[in-house]
Amino acid sequence: MNERRTPLFLERQSYRRRRLIDMVRMLPVIGALLWAVPLLWKSGPDSDISTSVAIIYLFGVWLGMVLLSAVLARLLKSADEHPQESDD
Amino acid sequence: MATLNILVSVCLIYVTFLFAIAFAAERAARQGHGGWLRSPLVYTLSLSIYCTAWTFYGAVGYAARSGLEYLTIYIGPSLVMVGWWWILRKLVRIGRSQRVTSIADLISSRYGKSNLLAVGVTILAVIGTTPYIALQLQSVTLSFSVFSESHVPPTELLDQDSTALWVAMGLALFTILFGTRNLDVNERHHGVVIAIAVEAIVKLFALLAVGAFVVWGVGGGLAETLQRIDASEIGKWEMRGDRWASLIFLSAAAFLCLPRMFQVMVVENDRESHLRTASWAFPAYLMVMSLFVVPIAVVGLDLLPKGSNPDLFVLTLPLATGNEGLAMLSFLGGFSSATSMVIVAALALSTMVSNHIVMPIWLSATGGGAKISGDVRNVVILSRRISIAGVVALGYLYFRLSGGGTALASIGLISFAGVAQFLPVLLGGLFWRGATRIGAFVGLTVGFVVWAYALLLPSFGSGALISEAVMLNGPFGISWLRPQAFFGIEGMDPLVHAIVWSMSLNTLTFFVASLIGFPSPLERLQGAQFVNVYEHSRRPQGWSGSAAQSEDLMIMAQRILGAREAQTLFEREAGRQGVTGFLPEPSPDFLQVLERELSGSVGAATAHAMIGQIVGGASVSVEDLMAVADETAQMMEYSNQLETKSEEQARTARQLRQANEKLTQISVQKDAFLGQVSHELRTPMTSIRAFSEILRDSNKLSAEEKVKYSSIIHDEAIRLTRLLDDLLDLSVLENGQVNLNMQRGMLMDVLDHAVSSALTGSTGKPLIVRRQRSQEMVPLNSDLDRLSQVFINLIGNAQKYCVADAPELAISVGINNGELVIDFIDNGVGISKDDQAVIFEKFARVGSMKAGGAGLGLAICREIMARLEGSVSYLPGQGGAAFRVILPVSQAAAAE
Repeated sequence: MNERRTPLFLERQSYRRRRLIDMVRMLPVIGALLWAVPLLWKSGPDSDISTSVAIIYLFGVWLGMVLLSAVLARLLKSADEHPQESDD
Repeated sequence: MATLNILVSVCLIYVTFLFAIAFAAERAARQGHGGWLRSPLVYTLSLSIYCTAWTFYGAVGYAARSGLEYLTIYIGPSLVMVGWWWILRKLVRIGRSQRVTSIADLISSRYGKSNLLAVGVTILAVIGTTPYIALQLQSVTLSFSVFSESHVPPTELLDQDSTALWVAMGLALFTILFGTRNLDVNERHHGVVIAIAVEAIVKLFALLAVGAFVVWGVGGGLAETLQRIDASEIGKWEMRGDRWASLIFLSAAAFLCLPRMFQVMVVENDRESHLRTASWAFPAYLMVMSLFVVPIAVVGLDLLPKGSNPDLFVLTLPLATGNEGLAMLSFLGGFSSATSMVIVAALALSTMVSNHIVMPIWLSATGGGAKISGDVRNVVILSRRISIAGVVALGYLYFRLSGGGTALASIGLISFAGVAQFLPVLLGGLFWRGATRIGAFVGLTVGFVVWAYALLLPSFGSGALISEAVMLNGPFGISWLRPQAFFGIEGMDPLVHAIVWSMSLNTLTFFVASLIGFPSPLERLQGAQFVNVYEHSRRPQGWSGSAAQSEDLMIMAQRILGAREAQTLFEREAGRQGVTGFLPEPSPDFLQVLERELSGSVGAATAHAMIGQIVGGASVSVEDLMAVADETAQMMEYSNQLETKSEEQARTARQLRQANEKLTQISVQKDAFLGQVSHELRTPMTSIRAFSEILRDSNKLSAEEKVKYSSIIHDEAIRLTRLLDDLLDLSVLENGQVNLNMQRGMLMDVLDHAVSSALTGSTGKPLIVRRQRSQEMVPLNSDLDRLSQVFINLIGNAQKYCVADAPELAISVGINNGELVIDFIDNGVGISKDDQAVIFEKFARVGSMKAGGAGLGLAICREIMARLEGSVSYLPGQGGAAFRVILPVSQAAAAE
């Protein structure tokens, strides 16, 4: 008859927020992996990868991280403005 | 020479501008409308002190030498920022909740407020930062000399040393002015922050301008520039994987551990939500900063003569193409980078040096605690100022001694590797409750020894500080201890070698020593506080304040926080405890608050020590804490109970006193009554006896006389009967044995009857009764006989006691609040206040016994009205005596 049990399933909004935080947590891992990709490239004067390609790749990852992070920050902000329950 | 003069004046104008901005910001913050000072944008820009002159000039040189490796320095921090949810969020939360003032403060605070650890971290931070400050001074003097070389004959060359000296002095002055202006509890420096935010914009703009000029002005567009890059010396991907990975790690670690980064990121942080914005905005800043580095390097390598210093391409490229305005802007960018770094680094280091080295020494030298005389606040500020000057002077000295040569250029990464040694202790402290002070101490020591031995000392050149023989064969011929080939593993890049070994040995020893040791209660407490910072926003109590003297604490706090601030704090806390005045009880709670406030000014360890001295006891064990908390709760409960009880008792005492007064009065009345009643009984009895004796003994009485005497006997008997009837009546009423005879009738009839009955046979002055018959048409359902008895009594009293020349009685009827109210008001002198209290008591009679009667009338009235669920009371302030009879409306309305 205890009506104040903790819910087994969260409300939709807080569920979303938690998954959002999961994504925020995951982002640096993804970034580290993507930036580790150059380790696989053949190095040296006879490399297939020219510096311009490397620049475009590395900065592309960078830009992607920034944009994704900005979107997540915005989403997190709007999720925080309608909080359903306390954070973790 | 003209250009140089312009350069100097531009520099001065720029510096003046910075001073003005910092001043305006401080002013706005003081006046309370500095909301814009604490925007996420300013926070993000202030983080840009990560990009020093080493970035501004050095990145291009780095790229010219090693290709894209320079990016690692910016990728690491970007990852840390993007991953803010992991570490930075916690760091900032802890920094705010513990009022941390520096990284040394954080580490010492986490590991049981150990000052030894704080001193260690401070010294290491100074060692790690001094070369870096020297590097900044060098870059400014170099860029000055670039300008002067191209415009003046060598004979008029500016003395490099004097330039560096002027710059160093200016920076120290700025930092002292705006960094120690206020000894704020939360150590925020709005002026400094806003100045470095402006400098962040200047350096970004300058680098972008040079970059755009190089790509579109010299390089001929984006595509051409890319082709040019591929065709250059660094056109192919040439990278050592180990360096790539370990440098990204290193820069990320340094980003977290650099004292200056900690200062802007944690200490100056105003709101946690700013981190959310900075999480993407700062990586974006870093990305833009490093965007044009390779094009500038490649074009510089192309255009400038062989052998020119690639570290200065940012400056020399615009100069070589005759773009002096751009060169000037670029110079300002470099100047900004250097100055902002020196300012913040000096600020951060001075806080550490002053809080953890100077203050403890000064306190122990002067006896410390409450006994010290003079204003500690001034001492703290003075020690900060001296520390700032000292740190900058150290940087200048290093610059002079190292000769400002190329040896400095490599110092950036070495310095990074040095401060990165804080990382295991820092992260261990944040995430692992088992981390202990001993572990931290061992780990840090091992890490720094390895760093110094494997990286710092060899960096001065083989044979300079470490002999060639040691480098080749190891110390004392122990080959597995060779500085650049630990355990005989050769062929590693020296930097990677040093990073790998220092970090891993540091972490390992930290871990193992933590496992073996056993932490003190305070450490465990702080550990739980740090690791579970999200669960406990509050700190548990660390002091048992029974011995502490509030006044001593007040004296000490005034000296550190300033008199006004301390008084405000104490008053607030006293208010919170419910104590009036300025001195709260030295409860553990209050001591905790006070310690935190003090730690904002002098650091956690010193604040802890100072309070410890006054409180007397050292910190207490967890068990003690729990006992104290328990005891306090019990005492509070007990005192609450006592308070309630004492209130109750006061109430009871009051009631008892009243009752006693009444009893005394009643007793007096009773005595009076007994006298009266015996008198009343005795008088008729006497006459009855006398006359009956006459009737019995005398035979010569006429019939007339017999009748007269027997009537007297009869009358007296009736009087006795009436008295006894009254007593009986009252007794019956009081015992509740009366049977009410409920009848319907009109109030007017009842009053008519009462008036006529009461006035019948009256002998005194005639009483005029004034009535308003129209209001008396109220139907009743009540015991009309009893009610009538009450009215008769009241009217009779008026008749008997009204002393006016023309006695009048006004009877008014009204409905008030649903009750029938009947007032009997006469025009006599009324009843005195003392008598009012007793007239309804039995046997009470007002004043002298002028009129006969046992004094039972009103008592009977009251009892009757109580039975009828109404009341009769004295109505004061009506001119004469006034009685109010109230009947519940149910009895009035029931008849309708």
